[in-house]
Amino acid sequence: MKPFSWRFIRVWQRNRDVFFRLWHSEAPGFLAEPVIILLAMGLGLGAYIGLIDGQQYIAFIAPGIIASYSMFSASFECTYGSFVRMEYQKTYDAIVTTPLNVEDVIAGEIFWGATRSLMTGTIILVIAAVFQLVHSPWALLIPLVSLLAGIMFSAIAIFFTSIVPAIHSFNYFFTLFITPMFFFSGVFFPLDSFPKIIQNLSLIVPLTPVVQLTRALFNGKFEINLLWALALIIILALIFFSISLVTMRRRLTA
Amino acid sequence: MLVIKTRNLTKRFKSLLAVDDVNLEVEEGECFGLLGPNGSGKTTMVRMITAVTPPTQGDIWIFGSDLKTHSRQVKAVLGVIPQLDNLDPDLTVLQNLTTFARYFDIPKDEALERSMEVLTLFELNNRANSRILELSGGMKRRLLIARGLINRPKIIILDEPTIGLDPQAKHLVWHKLTELKYQGITQLMCTQNMEEAAMLCDRVAVMHLGRILDLDTPQKLISKYVGNEVWEIKVRQDERVDAIDSLKRGGVNFEEVGDKIHVFNIENNPSIQDLVNAPDCLIRRPATLEDVFFRLTGRSLFE
Repeated sequence: MKPFSWRFIRVWQRNRDVFFRLWHSEAPGFLAEPVIILLAMGLGLGAYIGLIDGQQYIAFIAPGIIASYSMFSASFECTYGSFVRMEYQKTYDAIVTTPLNVEDVIAGEIFWGATRSLMTGTIILVIAAVFQLVHSPWALLIPLVSLLAGIMFSAIAIFFTSIVPAIHSFNYFFTLFITPMFFFSGVFFPLDSFPKIIQNLSLIVPLTPVVQLTRALFNGKFEINLLWALALIIILALIFFSISLVTMRRRLTA
Repeated sequence: MLVIKTRNLTKRFKSLLAVDDVNLEVEEGECFGLLGPNGSGKTTMVRMITAVTPPTQGDIWIFGSDLKTHSRQVKAVLGVIPQLDNLDPDLTVLQNLTTFARYFDIPKDEALERSMEVLTLFELNNRANSRILELSGGMKRRLLIARGLINRPKIIILDEPTIGLDPQAKHLVWHKLTELKYQGITQLMCTQNMEEAAMLCDRVAVMHLGRILDLDTPQKLISKYVGNEVWEIKVRQDERVDAIDSLKRGGVNFEEVGDKIHVFNIENNPSIQDLVNAPDCLIRRPATLEDVFFRLTGRSLFE
């Protein structure tokens, strides 16, 4: 594995410039959809559900929505977004003829994906605050969790991007990996309402620790197992970041 | 001074030997052409020299720096103009240039200044705020070349610089490339356009199946393989066998092309007229690099 350099910032800047040029076409995904889910589920379904762990249903799912839309932002950016740049627009090919190397490009993509998670997480947090769902000052640290989760999910996504033959392969990624996590990581229901086998499974999928951490900060309630959640995110991020530098170099220099 | 040097350069893709033990030396300030049919290894050569793909074997030095260990420093002085359009469709024409300048750490003000400069050079300054989708093929190619100059490169590397262009755009590009050569910028280009190679290149290498078959100035290659003039002779069908027989007996350098016979090195065969009686049709034309290309790489398709 070759390391990346500070030059990754150039790719990050390129993606930032494009995003702020075209952000209005991205807004439905990172802004409208989470708010609709939060309100529809929180208020609609919430009306039939009593208090969960002593809180309103909408306040229970709000941190879960922050966590899962951080996941969605990074995952879309580093699958479809990166694949289009790599294969259709040949943007990577153009960049690697400049002083940037493949590793710089991939690190730039991952950190940009993470920035998208940070923005999405922060926006939903602000909306939750507007609805007076946020009460703990610890919630101010939630964007950091979104950023960290963004690095992890971007790295996982870009690894997948480095091995897929064609763009429709991402259907597998979203249908079999991302969407199940959305429902089985404790976003909408406490994990202990599931059968034991699903509980155990959900403990090792990457969205669960993000939901746990975000919810803990949201409520200002901490337990010792959150350290394991944090460690799991960091370990997965490091593993997939490293692997994707190798697999992408292999793909792009073949 | 040598600016590009390769030693035993080899690239193998599974069972295919794309570049086979190539030693190449490009001098400072020259325009060097790599010619060859599709699949001859030209583009793979360029991809290795621009550090996009590593050689399976062999070494590359650019300005004396080993590309293996100094790829960033080398890429900083290269201008790479690819065959396929890889302009950034998410950005405007001007943003394409300023964004590219940023990859080279050129400060913002200077990037803007240089961008306008190269846009003017390629007559695109009124297109600065256009989207890439709005540009014609010729404009895109001019912009690609303009982008390749943003870092004021010492070497520019071009892959089929005028492919798909109309004659006007093609001549504009040739004119600009000639100007760049006068400024002392070394050029390495892959091309299949023999007119282009003969016009622009100081030296050319003819590649085939991963190897360089011969390498010299276009004029010397033409003299060596086909002479100054080519006669294209058409004879009546019933006299064809006899005509070919007598050409063979006369030891003449010739090739059958469709219903014609191309005769080369006329100056060595002043008695050619006696060998072929009463041809139906005879065209005498200057020999070209294309004749050399066919002599060296044959007329069949290789892919």
